[in-house]
Amino acid sequence: MNGKTKTMLVCGGSVAVGLVSGFFGGGGGMLAVPLLALSGLDQKRSHATALLVILPICIISASIYIAAGFFDGQIVLCACIGVVLGGIVGAALLNKLNPTLIGIMFALMMIGIGIKLVIV
Amino acid sequence: MTAQQIIIIVSFFGGIIGGMGMGGGTLLIPLLTLAAGLSQHLAQAVNLIAFIPMSVVALVIHKKNGYVTFGKTVHIVVLAAIGAVGGSFLAKYSGGYILRACYGAFLIALGVFQLGKTIKTAVENKKSQNSQSKRGRLIPPSIPNS
Repeated sequence: MNGKTKTMLVCGGSVAVGLVSGFFGGGGGMLAVPLLALSGLDQKRSHATALLVILPICIISASIYIAAGFFDGQIVLCACIGVVLGGIVGAALLNKLNPTLIGIMFALMMIGIGIKLVIV
Repeated sequence: MTAQQIIIIVSFFGGIIGGMGMGGGTLLIPLLTLAAGLSQHLAQAVNLIAFIPMSVVALVIHKKNGYVTFGKTVHIVVLAAIGAVGGSFLAKYSGGYILRACYGAFLIALGVFQLGKTIKTAVENKKSQNSQSKRGRLIPPSIPNS
């Protein structure tokens, strides 16, 4: 791939990451990591820097959603408590479980829930 | 069980998945709509807001370890932010069902992507393990491979 094509791909991909994250309210991280890898960052840096890309997206998108009336303080508080506690447990469990098994399980769950959302 | 308890439990589950670095909030949104009965729009807003404190903390830690690259990524951050404005307004004016069905399709695509990635990594690990054991003779030839 030559330099110009790559630059165009990275720029187009960046807009796409924002569009997808804003429209779906998340999921941009999974797309930002390969995009950063494409622009020359190694794996660890891609994962860490993806947060830098996602954070402003989240702040901007959240502001637009809140302004449109999609906000409930009590629900947000409950969700934050759950997510933070779960995040700590998840990070601690990461090295203790079989990553292949977990990866396949979550992938199948995503596909199953996805199908349910489309059908119902 | 009260609605708050259900939300805490599904968010806890979503957080575990996120903490493992798999899919982040992608499963939290359908858990909030299917199990806790939130509207698709509200669930997406909750996910966006809940992600902010988590990513600030993670970003500070990564920055300290020197893994965050600023200079080369400014254009990506700016372009992604512009995209986010467009995406959010698109979501605002989309109907609940359309958004939900699109989200389902997006989740299926991510699931297939994740499945492929997991299997690929597992195969690669197995290959490198096999070549290592052949070279280093970690497994004696008399023991049959089960």
